[in-house]
Amino acid sequence: MPRRDDLESILLIGSGPIVIGQACEFDYSGTQAAKVLRRHGYRVILVNSNPATIMTDPEFADATYIEPITEEVVEAIIAKERPDALLATLGGQTALNVATGLARSGVLERYGVEMIGAGLDAIERAEDRGLFKRVMEEAGLAVPRAGYARSMHEALRIVEEIGFPAMIRPSFILGGSGTGIAVDREEFLEKARHGLATSPVGEILVEESVSGWKEFELEVMRDGRDNAVIVCSIENLDPMGVHTGDSITVAPIQTLSDREYQEMRNDAIRVLQIIGVETGGSNVQFAVDPKTGRRLVIEMNPRVSRSSALASKATGFPIAKIAALLAVGFSLDEIPNDITGATPASFEPTLDYVVVKIPRFDFDKFPSAPTQLGTSMRSVGEAMAIGRTFGEALQKAVRSLENGRAGFGADRIEHSLAATGMDDLMASLVTPTPARLHAVAEVLRRGAGVNEVAARTGFDPWFVEEMAEIVATRRRIEKSPKDVEAIRLAKRHGFSDSQLGYLWNLPEEEVRSIRLSAGVTTTFKTVDTCAAEFEAQTPYMYGAFEEEDEVPPATRPRVMVLGSGPNRIGQGIEFDYCCVHASFALREAGFETVMVNCNPETVSTDYDTADRLYFEPLTVEDVLAVVEAERPESVIVQLGGQTPLNLARRLQQAGVRIAGTSPDSIDLAEDREQFSEVCRRLGIKQPPHGIAKDRIAATEIVDQVGLPVVVRPSYVLGGRKMRVIYTYDELSEYLDGLYGDVGEAELTDVPLLIDRFLESATEVDVDALFDGVELLVGGVMEHVEEAGVHSGDSACVVPPPTLSETAHKTILAHTADLARELGVLGLINIQFAVKGDEVFVLEANPRASRTIPFISKASGIPMAKLAARVMMGERLETLRTEGLLKDRSSPGFTAVKEAVMPWNRFPEQDSVLGPEMRATGEVMGIGADTGVAYAKALLAAGHKLPTEGTVFLSLADRDKAMGLAVAQAFQMLGFSLIATKGTARFLAHHAIAAEVVNKVGEGPDDTRERIEGGQVQLIVNTPRGGRARSDGQVIRHAARARGVPCVTTIQGALSVARSLRSGDGMVVAPRSLQDWHGEA
Amino acid sequence: MSQALLVTADGAVFRGMSVGAEGMTTGEAVFNTSMTGYQEVITDPSYTGQVVVMTSPHIGNYGVSPDDDQSEAPAVSGFVMRSISRRHSNWRSHGSFTDFLQEHGVVALSEIDTRRLTRHIRDAGAQPVAMGAGVSERELTEAAAAAPRMEGRDLASGAGTSTMFVAPTDRTPRAHVVAVDLGMKRDIVRQLNRRGFTVTVVPAATTAPEILSMEPDGVFLSNGPGDPEPLLNTVNTTGDLLGEVPIFGICLGHQVLGLALGARTYKLPFGHHGGNHPVRRLSDGGIQITSQNHGFAVDLWPLAGGSAPARDGLVGRELLPDSIDTRVGRVVPTHQNLNDGTLEGLRCLDVPAFGVQYHPEAAPGPTDAVGLFDEFATLMGVTDAQA
Ligand SMILES: Nc1ncnc2c1ncn2[C@@H]1O[C@H](COP(=O)(O)OP(=O)(O)O)[C@@H](O)[C@H]1O
Ligand SMILES: Nc1ncnc2c1ncn2[C@@H]1O[C@H](COP(=O)(O)OP(=O)(O)O)[C@@H](O)[C@H]1O
Ligand SMILES: [Mg+2]
Ligand SMILES: [Mg+2]
Repeated sequence: MPRRDDLESILLIGSGPIVIGQACEFDYSGTQAAKVLRRHGYRVILVNSNPATIMTDPEFADATYIEPITEEVVEAIIAKERPDALLATLGGQTALNVATGLARSGVLERYGVEMIGAGLDAIERAEDRGLFKRVMEEAGLAVPRAGYARSMHEALRIVEEIGFPAMIRPSFILGGSGTGIAVDREEFLEKARHGLATSPVGEILVEESVSGWKEFELEVMRDGRDNAVIVCSIENLDPMGVHTGDSITVAPIQTLSDREYQEMRNDAIRVLQIIGVETGGSNVQFAVDPKTGRRLVIEMNPRVSRSSALASKATGFPIAKIAALLAVGFSLDEIPNDITGATPASFEPTLDYVVVKIPRFDFDKFPSAPTQLGTSMRSVGEAMAIGRTFGEALQKAVRSLENGRAGFGADRIEHSLAATGMDDLMASLVTPTPARLHAVAEVLRRGAGVNEVAARTGFDPWFVEEMAEIVATRRRIEKSPKDVEAIRLAKRHGFSDSQLGYLWNLPEEEVRSIRLSAGVTTTFKTVDTCAAEFEAQTPYMYGAFEEEDEVPPATRPRVMVLGSGPNRIGQGIEFDYCCVHASFALREAGFETVMVNCNPETVSTDYDTADRLYFEPLTVEDVLAVVEAERPESVIVQLGGQTPLNLARRLQQAGVRIAGTSPDSIDLAEDREQFSEVCRRLGIKQPPHGIAKDRIAATEIVDQVGLPVVVRPSYVLGGRKMRVIYTYDELSEYLDGLYGDVGEAELTDVPLLIDRFLESATEVDVDALFDGVELLVGGVMEHVEEAGVHSGDSACVVPPPTLSETAHKTILAHTADLARELGVLGLINIQFAVKGDEVFVLEANPRASRTIPFISKASGIPMAKLAARVMMGERLETLRTEGLLKDRSSPGFTAVKEAVMPWNRFPEQDSVLGPEMRATGEVMGIGADTGVAYAKALLAAGHKLPTEGTVFLSLADRDKAMGLAVAQAFQMLGFSLIATKGTARFLAHHAIAAEVVNKVGEGPDDTRERIEGGQVQLIVNTPRGGRARSDGQVIRHAARARGVPCVTTIQGALSVARSLRSGDGMVVAPRSLQDWHGEA
Repeated sequence: MSQALLVTADGAVFRGMSVGAEGMTTGEAVFNTSMTGYQEVITDPSYTGQVVVMTSPHIGNYGVSPDDDQSEAPAVSGFVMRSISRRHSNWRSHGSFTDFLQEHGVVALSEIDTRRLTRHIRDAGAQPVAMGAGVSERELTEAAAAAPRMEGRDLASGAGTSTMFVAPTDRTPRAHVVAVDLGMKRDIVRQLNRRGFTVTVVPAATTAPEILSMEPDGVFLSNGPGDPEPLLNTVNTTGDLLGEVPIFGICLGHQVLGLALGARTYKLPFGHHGGNHPVRRLSDGGIQITSQNHGFAVDLWPLAGGSAPARDGLVGRELLPDSIDTRVGRVVPTHQNLNDGTLEGLRCLDVPAFGVQYHPEAAPGPTDAVGLFDEFATLMGVTDAQA
């Protein structure tokens, strides 16, 4: 069945902003699909509200809509573009849900749009858990026993039948949030009640819990001729009860015999047939009782999923690309396997290595949230590592995570457990947490038995034994410092030089030179889908310590691009976007590009993004190994965020040529003392500030600069541990937290930066590119929230709506001066705080920033591509004549970036914005004016703004003046106002009527009750400084529970008012990027 | 665990650890790409005289279980792994793979760069190797060079049973199958029994009259080791049986059937050994992922009086001839390997006989093709055979 010629245009829906449970894997899949569909001559129409994605680059689709992914908007796009087909199986749950909605409401039929990939009934059979269970049982496949309940009475009746522990799943909740396992009646009553409350339809599924069983996943591909193959099998180290997204997972499956595996394989294929996924990739999850081998089907996703991305990277089999081809009629045997070139995609990849994925958590940004892992996913990213054995892969995966660990134990941080007694440690193994793996390392080091550890963790004994072997190896090494055989042994078990350095208490560099002079070097093997049975055409490599190295000879001058590692809050897809662009630009310019990264979700780790891909940890040791293998002209460190930037100095010391801005210049910008010196020289204002190396110094500096202050440890991205401090009590509290805990050793070491906090100042971001002569400003972005809210958490607008002419000029001048003075060659991002015409510099980052993708799309200037060329020595002038840089009159629209917060995953956490970044993703809104653009951005970010009703105001004193404007604005929009006493009195004083409501707990019908009673449609609540349990927190909790939008800044509130004024008629008037930029 | 070496006939040296029996062994090295089923592999008689290299790094993870044995004892000359498990873990397991290797006296190496060895075999072709602990590199080099090649050796006649025996079915008997044992895997007998066939297993040397005197409803030609060409007796026997009784051949049995029909067989560069080989059913284009283990293949072109066209791009139907006339009437290719285009199955249109090059009984590997045993039933006129 070759290409379908009856289709001409295809609508591809993306997955929107990065949220927990739905990350950049869907940019990877969408990009693959868009690319291949266009290559086969289809007109691709694409919608995605996430500007940081590669797929939304204008060149990847014929019409690119950066618009909110809602049914209304997508319908409008369909009406405008009239696509023949809709492909929704590559855009995660978001795309699937919107598509389902459009199909149900008859929109697709009305416009004659065919759903390809998976049809409506297939999706419903898979997504409706009740229906799913029924069809599985009809087909003779076992599933956990369960029943639906709409009342506590029903819930209890069901749980009587199936017994404890029981799993509770609220219906129609996205991504497993709100699910949980109850071990006894008490817990059940609570969880069930909560579940019934949170479910939009007041329904829960009560399910037999099989937590503790082994969890497996199979990635299946099926074509229109009922040919099916298993692309990859995945085994979870953490047993059932920990979400696969939060589990350490291993590919391929290690602990099933062939018989068991083949039965599971057959079941998986049956599931696709029963559900009726016509074509494409699906993921089927199983639970297996380790005692009896009894197997249950847990769920199936009738679409490409997170696991599919992992499977693609783990095997080299491009699931998304092939799913797209199958959707347009091809069959598996008609599609060549790119890796071998000579064999078809209708086969099952076989692995001659082991892949380990470890999730990355950012709990320290949500101190109130318990770190116990459960059935609802909370990891923000993941690292994948490839090794010849499980042990090697595990150690590489741990050091890929970049949370300070050098491997499975044997590093500085292992001391943090030294004080903990064996009994406590053993006891802790029962509870799944991000720290459990290292507790396992520690107890094994202290001699705990494998069976004991396996029994407590629920890890299969086979894995624990392999872990014990790592520990045993460590003991052997410890005894023989500097011994070559010991080094060899260590390396085969995945130990890093820094671990050896720790064990032998030598500097890593010395271990390295001993190792190299002994000739123990990394050998690179190829990921080729076929265990070397066929020649591989694509150099997709991983490091190991073996007898043969497979690095193919180079043909052209090479440039290495260092990626940004696992996604984390503060460093996400935006940086991968920049790395990918660099690779594209440099390939076009005739270089051979070498990508190094360890994040399986990304486009950068797609085997055809760079000429050569090294799936390796981003540590000095691992990067240098690649450098030795590839001998690149130079290495690009300024596009992958802070990760590669932090390596720059040591890479240079090892003789590597750093492209663009030099390590010295990097330090000049990042080191506060040096930077202040530069500012002083240039006469650029900074907030009064100082640097403390210890507690006493800190207090002294605060005395000097005066409260309030903003404090943060230097050299950390995303404002980790950053606080605004209003009182000395808060200060000492903070210092306790910082110099108190050992776990944060990486933080205690670095200097503490203390700045005077500039209150109610406007923050401005600038992204610019400097080639040594010419400065190119990508854009000046004015933040919606005032300085004090992390740039990553605040919305921003370009062109700046309220910035004074003078301030604007000053900012541009400062940018030029700083770029020149710092010696930037490439990108620079500067953050300013503006009060009237007065401009302060907050910081300068000599690297790509989070906003590069946004600004590139807003301005139409390919900042990252240009930067890559500039770093390789080109002048902007040349690139202009070459056509890569087109001079354009500033586009006739306003673009707004809005941040997306993960509050729903951390219900315990107060949702107030601050200087520490907590956003997981961002969306972009484009409109003729700020109002429309902001409204679109809010809609895309998932906020449903009211058009009428009651606004509740509760303002901090410092905000009251500005608050007037807000009150007036909403009054004019016809909202009625209610406010807390102080605020109301203040408003009344200025002749604005607002009903007074009682503060929480201060009498009947208080604020909380009003909100919970649905009498409030919008909340404007600006926080009163750092006090922990303010009633503002209670209010925000109530608001979140009821889904009432809650604005925590004055500027935010004003913008909301502005956007409401523009009316949402404008909001559903989609216009393509190509059209906006006059390229349509 | 002591230091050990493996040396190939063309002189490449590999270092590892001896984890099996003492001493030295030689044999033709072949790599198997199955990710599960090491026990089925090592007990598959088709590996007689060969050193099996597992490309999957961890071996022994889930131990061993009697149910997975494909024969009395391993027939391999040696076994090579990257990492043998220190501990096995699985509810089905009866013991560790290491003990299994020791008990059966298999010379086995671990800690070998199996990927390097696999690439070497792929590029330099299947060839003898010598391996063991406590043996000098020179001795091994000589032993490897001196070791016999597979071509022209009759390994199969001795690989199977030497005395006839009956494997009864526990279902209501529906048919009687005589299986010519060239080194038959137990799961084949299981599949036949499961369909209600009483199976009489006879030695390779059994003649056509002897077989027919047992009044079989069908004759099965089993899998087995090595080169089919030297198996003249079995080939002649098969020739005599063609048209007399329904015949089904698997792997070596399929090759024997091919020879009996007048086709030729030849050695593949490094064979097919694994569980992920895509095979196209030519009748409807359907694809099955199959379990395979063979170093030789059947070539129908000489019989068709032509030769295979050059291949470009993905495998196409044109790489195989259409219907061919033989002394027993028309023969057609029925299955094709999508990796290299080789013949994976053939069928006689005028007499009841067919064969496949791959393993519908799997063990190890995907069971996509298990339906072929039902086709055999149909061929014997048994319609209600249900596994
Ligand atoms: N019946 C069950 N008993 C115990 N744990 C379960 C059960 N069902 C699911 N889980 C756990 O919850 C996680 C999420 O459930 P799943 O059905 O995969 O929903 P989703 O992946 O859509 O969030 C699974 O990965 C598994 O670890
Ligand atoms: N002196 C200051 N006054 C007011 N706000 C500040 C000040 N310094 C930093 N901030 C706020 O803190 C946020 C994070 O600070 P920044 O220096 O940008 O650290 P990061 O490296 O995390 O981006 C800024 O976006 C800004 O909103
Ligand atoms: Mg799941
Ligand atoms: Mg910043």
